[in-house]
This record gives sequence, structure tokens and C-alpha cells, in this order.
Amino acid sequence: MRGRTSRKTIFAFIGPSVIALALIGIAPLLYAAWTSLHFFNLTRLRQLRFVGLENYQTVLTDGAFWQAMGRTFFLLGTSLPLQLALGLGIALVLHQPGLTLVKTLCRLSLVLPMATTYAVVGLLGQVMFNQNFGVMNQLLGGADINWIGDPTNAFIMIVFWDVWQWTPFVALVLLAGLTMVPGEVEEAARLETKSWWMILRYVQLPFLVPGLVAVLILRTADTLKLFDMVFTLTRGGPGASTEFISLMIQRVGFRAFDQGLASAQAIILLIITIVLARIYIRVFYKEV
Amino acid sequence: MTRIQRSYAIQLLLLAAIILICVFPFYWMVTTSLKTQVVALQSPPVWIFEPTLANYREALFEDGVLRTLVNSLIIAVSTTALALVLGVPAAFALARFEFRGKKDLWFWFITNRMISPIVLALPFFLIARSFDLLDRHITLVLIYLTFNLPIVIWIVTDQIRGIPYELDEAARMEGASQFTIMTRICLPLAMPGVAVSAIFSFIFSWNELMFGLILTRTEARTAPAMAVSFMEGYDLPYGKIMATSTLIVIPVLIFALIASKQLVRGLTMGAVK
Repeated sequence: MRGRTSRKTIFAFIGPSVIALALIGIAPLLYAAWTSLHFFNLTRLRQLRFVGLENYQTVLTDGAFWQAMGRTFFLLGTSLPLQLALGLGIALVLHQPGLTLVKTLCRLSLVLPMATTYAVVGLLGQVMFNQNFGVMNQLLGGADINWIGDPTNAFIMIVFWDVWQWTPFVALVLLAGLTMVPGEVEEAARLETKSWWMILRYVQLPFLVPGLVAVLILRTADTLKLFDMVFTLTRGGPGASTEFISLMIQRVGFRAFDQGLASAQAIILLIITIVLARIYIRVFYKEV
Repeated sequence: MTRIQRSYAIQLLLLAAIILICVFPFYWMVTTSLKTQVVALQSPPVWIFEPTLANYREALFEDGVLRTLVNSLIIAVSTTALALVLGVPAAFALARFEFRGKKDLWFWFITNRMISPIVLALPFFLIARSFDLLDRHITLVLIYLTFNLPIVIWIVTDQIRGIPYELDEAARMEGASQFTIMTRICLPLAMPGVAVSAIFSFIFSWNELMFGLILTRTEARTAPAMAVSFMEGYDLPYGKIMATSTLIVIPVLIFALIASKQLVRGLTMGAVK
């Protein structure tokens, strides 16, 4: 019965969205591709000229660019395992029977961090991690840690906030997976073994896979996109210790005003993102 | 204590710890916003003090935070409305019609969710600059569509798919056009999904910082960009910064609690039911 709708009708419904997304999503990308082939400095617009692939050559051989890229994946590699471990723990606790009221309250509080404005998370970081009047040092028993001014500590602080904001998301996704396990199956398994690890590994894990895949894809994308919170908290510093890829491109484009070079970096980031998205979808969505 | 009691006690302790860790930063934000500058800068920080609303009064009426909140509201509401007007018919088409290239369209919509906004910010800034669109509400309304439109299409398509197709057919027998079927039959039944996608679209737009920072100056300054601009200079007004933060965060937290059941589904774009 379906599929008899005329092309004109289909276009009337879906056309406006496609045109809108093409105009605001694709046209700018084409313009960025054009910019990336030029010497395009906002403070020296008179010298605007075509330079071919020179910007790309600069980016590809630029150690700082690949360091920022490596730093970005290092952040992902540090915070994602923490989020998965803590998130799984929280999901397992919430999945236990009993204490319904407290658990509802807990689920509601878990929603708060992930809805919080990233910029506000950064500002909170500034206040809570301040060396002198920050509550973090006080809670650590009057420690005198310089969080924002020290490269390693600043990185740890970023990991802390990323974990604070996104562990709840992982926990709720995994909890949704746990509730998909049929009750009879879980009960039967519990009669067989007392080991929670065996139940997790052989009964619950298969139901967690789709959620884990979603988390992996989205956390990768969000780490590549990460900007607001870090910009507010450290501006990428001290030095370049928290300068992740999106921050670096912003600095080159809007603080060094080199739009040509920044556009080349952005196009390379775009290519990496699309390749990663394709790989993820091909590897995982086949079995899901 | 029996074993069951002990297990409950441990659970309760863990749950309390989770709640505490989630909520504590908000507690600290609100209390700091009620401190005078002198109290806020005390080391080690004080927990008990005489609260004052001076930070809110100064931020709202002297520094112009009120105006940036209004800007953020105008932008978030307009972009949400536009995303719904464009996205709901597209969702209807994706749920109800078969056509070539549907899969590719789908993939394109999802990829949009993954692209770093800085990639769009560079060309958008240059384009906005040459068309005199910097510091205008409409610019942010349009660029926020790049993430709002996909989310509306995604959630509403999912919702319409759940509506029995027989209803459409019955209406067609009566001579209803596709447009009538959408507005009179599917839309009322898909309202929960539409509402949730609207809440999402609002939260994402309201929370956004980078585009606001790059594309606005004074006239269309958004609240998060304003809050960040307090961080410049030496003697930072921490109380005022936290007061502004509180004002920014309260509306999204309320919306998030309203939509808490659907929040995870929306954030994973339906990958998790």
C-alpha cells in the first residue's frame, strides 16, 4: 500500500528540511574548503591569494596539530574507561530491587549533570578548583594543589568534569540495557550461580552491547567536538596541555586570525570524523 | 544485622554518594552566588555565611545579564519553532513514504550530529561577516538548526512510526490529503515525541557557547557568552559569575527533569530505547 505517493508530495514534505540543511550545513563546508586553499588572514586581507594545498601541507607536517589530535584521543582514552566503569557500577546498583524512592531520586539527580550548560561547568571548575578559595582543595583535607596553573593537574581537572558530566549518561544508557533482560532469564541465572560477574558476562552483557556501541560513538564524537567547557575553564592552557583539537582550530582561526590554515585543519578533522563514523557504523551496526 | 539489611545499607550508602556527587556542584554554585566578594574569596572557603542577593541584582540590572537571557530565550524559542516547522513534515515523510536515497538522507542527518561545530563556525563567521549578519539573532537561529533539525527529525520519525498505518488509510478513504493526515491524525498522536524534541532543541540551543561567542558581540549576546566574558580581567567577580550561572542553568534543569525519562533516548538519537 505504501510507496504510491507522488514525488512532488514527498518533496513538499521533506524538501524544506533538506534545502535548509544543505544551505546551513553543506554550503559553509564548501566555503571552508575554498578558504583552506587560500592564504586568508583576517588581519591581512589584502594579501588574500590562492596557495593550493600549501595549508594542508603545513597542517599535515605540523607537530602541534597532531599533538592536539593525540591529546584529544588521550582524553577519550582516559575518561571513557572511567565513565564506563563508574557508569556500569551505578547502573548495577540502580538495577537492584528495593529502595524505590531513593532510586527515583538518584535517577533524577543523574539527569542534572548532563543537562548543565557546558560553559557553566567550566565556570564551576574555575570556582571549585581555585588553589586558594576552591572547595576542592578544602575537601582534600586542606591540600594546596594548583589545579588550573599546572599542566598535569589541569588535564586531570578536565577529566574530572568530563567524568562528572557524562558518567550519568553512560549509567542511564546501561541501566536501560539492564532492564531489557527478561526477568525469567535473570532469575533462572541467579538460581544457577551466585557470581555477579558470571551473570553480568553471560546474561546481561548481550543486552548492554547496543548501549555500549552508542556510548562509544557519541563519546568519540563529543570529545572531538569538546570546546565550551575547556575554553571556559583553561582556554587550552597552561601551555597547550589542555588544547584539544576543536580548541586548537578555534585559536588558529580566531586568535591567530589564520582562517586559511584553520579551515584546512577543520577539513582534516571533518574527514577524520566521517571516516570514524563510517568505521564505527560498519563494524558495530552489522551485529546490532 | 542480617545479610539483607546489610546489603540495603550498602546500597543506600552508594545511592546517597551518587546523589551527593551529582548535586554538590549545584549547591556550591548557588551558595557562592549568595556570597559577597569578600566572603567568596575567603581561604579556606566558608560554608556558613550571611546570604545576599546583591550579585543577582547587579548582574541582572547593572551588567545586562537580563538582556542576554532574553536574547538566549528569543534565539532558543525561534530556532526550536523553526526546527519543528521544517522537521515534522520531514519526519512524516521519512516514516510514511518510500523513496530512493532515504538511507543516505538518514546517514547524512546522523553525520550532522557528529561534526564538530568549529568546522562550521569558521566559514559561518566569514559568511556572516560579509552579509552583515554578525551580532544578529537570526544568524544563531539558523546555525542552531544544524543540530536541532536532525534531533527533531529523528525523534518525531520514531514517534510517527509507532502510529498504526491503518489510521492513515482510513483517512485516505475519506478523501483526506497527506497534509490533512499529517496535521489531523499523526500530529496529535505524535505530540509526546514532538514535545520531547522541542525540549531537546531548546536545551541544546540555550546551552550553546561557541557560536554565541564567535557570532555575537553586544546586540545578540547570549547568556553563556556573557557569563564567560566576566572571566576577563583581574579581580574576578566570582559571586556574580555564579549568580549568572545559576540563572542560566535553572531553566534547562527544569526542562531536563520534565523530560528525564526520554533524555537518554534523545541523546543517543534513538540508539537506545
